[in-house]
Amino acid sequence: MTDKNLRFARLLVLVNCAVPAALLGWDAWHHQLGANPVNFAILTTGLLALIFLILTLAVTPLRKVSGWNWIIFARRTLGLYAFFYASLHFLIFFAFDRSFSVSGTLSEMLKRQYLIFGSLGLFVMVPLAVTSTNAMIKRLGGKRWRALHRLAYVAAIAGVIHYYMQTKKDVRQPLVFMALLALLLAYRLVEYWRQRKPTPAPAAKTKTEA
Amino acid sequence: MKTPDKISPGEVTPPRVYLNRRKFLEAGILAASAVATGLVYRQLNHHAAGKVRTTKLAGLTPAATPGPAGTNASDGFHVDEPSTSFENITHYNNFYEFSTDKESVASAAANFDTKGWTVAVDGLVQKPKVFTIDELLKLSPPEERIYRMRCVEGWSMVIPWAGYSLSKLLAAVQPLDSAQYVAFETLLDTSRMPGQRADVLNWPYVEGLRLDEAMHPLTLLASGIYGNTLPPQDGAPIRLVVPWKYGFKGIKSIVKIKLVATQPRTTWNEAAPNEYGFYANVNPAVDHPRWSQATEQRIGQSGRRPTLPFNGYADQVAHLYAGMDLHKNF
Repeated sequence: MTDKNLRFARLLVLVNCAVPAALLGWDAWHHQLGANPVNFAILTTGLLALIFLILTLAVTPLRKVSGWNWIIFARRTLGLYAFFYASLHFLIFFAFDRSFSVSGTLSEMLKRQYLIFGSLGLFVMVPLAVTSTNAMIKRLGGKRWRALHRLAYVAAIAGVIHYYMQTKKDVRQPLVFMALLALLLAYRLVEYWRQRKPTPAPAAKTKTEA
Repeated sequence: MKTPDKISPGEVTPPRVYLNRRKFLEAGILAASAVATGLVYRQLNHHAAGKVRTTKLAGLTPAATPGPAGTNASDGFHVDEPSTSFENITHYNNFYEFSTDKESVASAAANFDTKGWTVAVDGLVQKPKVFTIDELLKLSPPEERIYRMRCVEGWSMVIPWAGYSLSKLLAAVQPLDSAQYVAFETLLDTSRMPGQRADVLNWPYVEGLRLDEAMHPLTLLASGIYGNTLPPQDGAPIRLVVPWKYGFKGIKSIVKIKLVATQPRTTWNEAAPNEYGFYANVNPAVDHPRWSQATEQRIGQSGRRPTLPFNGYADQVAHLYAGMDLHKNF
């Protein structure tokens, strides 16, 4: 892939990830968020955060399976958008559901289990967003950076649990997210196991043959 | 094909043109992809809209004038707060028999057929009877009742219902002394109520009241809203409204009413006994295990308002629960 094409691909991802936010803003401005606008905006931004987390985590497996090494370029943008939508999700809750009340927000967050998971998910995404720049990758060193960024899985797991727990009864949609996440996790575990497994020594081979 | 040295300088696309063409193409791809993403977003987030199937209700007695501003009339029949719009009442519904998505119920229920509807009223009564819907509606003239409606999910509406007190129907069938509770049942028909194909709740939906709750004048057998017949999404052709209880007690599209001696099972209580009690009286002091019940989002207004004990009907109904531990009997 040429530099020019890559630059364009980057722009393509950047713009498309912003489209849902733009439409949400447009609809809010035109009072088109339905009967319960605050609830709708909270739910939508939360779902978008989860979708982008799943997409972020899908980049590496897809890259390895398909051999399209260049798609790695999209991971940072997708991850930052996941953080953006999760932050928006929290801010709408804080502003319109809790009416900017810090104590009201904190007490509710500590009292409700599903909010504890949601907060955890958002919280662990902060260091990931902060260390997303090239300079930070250099400063931390690849190994440490990769270890830190495994927190993306913690964020996604916490986020999906948060979604599952607050669903009143029909959990079919949260289960879809859970299944997707489980699939991605399973892929990583299999990879990890395959890399760890030492190549069988020739001596062992003769033993079994004998 | 020409080899490079055979291409005359004039045939080479000048960089300016080449770059413009590339820019043009890129802009096109960018715009097209953004539109496609937007369409996907729109597809997943459609808001309910559309015509509502309803007809004018004949012989409706308008709501009595309320008491002093900000209070209920003493009977509670007319709350002095702005009514929620017809649009919102008919496009934001919890009616899992059609869809678990509140904004999809209206379209899923649009063609619900209520022709030939009957309601069986039996059990511990002197005169059990299967009422045709016309017989049931003619039992007493419809009155307008403007009630608050508080959903257990934390949102609320003010709805101008039409109907008559359930006590009038119960009086007609003459409960026996042994009758202590009233059990209600919704239609079970997966072809007309496609939501029942999913195992989300234990179908058919059932609800229940203590007999004194059922006999309370506020307890309404509703057949209309805004002076019109009930649209399918709001529980056509006949439903229960118990304004001091969470909305899920207001069972919709009723086909069976049975007077019984013991507390009947209720759908949401069976689905999650620690979250939904038999009584389900609106109570800001008793939280749902997963969320607070202290405040509510009034649909069509901004900001949350405090939730009132018994949904603001304490004067009328608190005495029914005198001496009861409302934290235990939630």
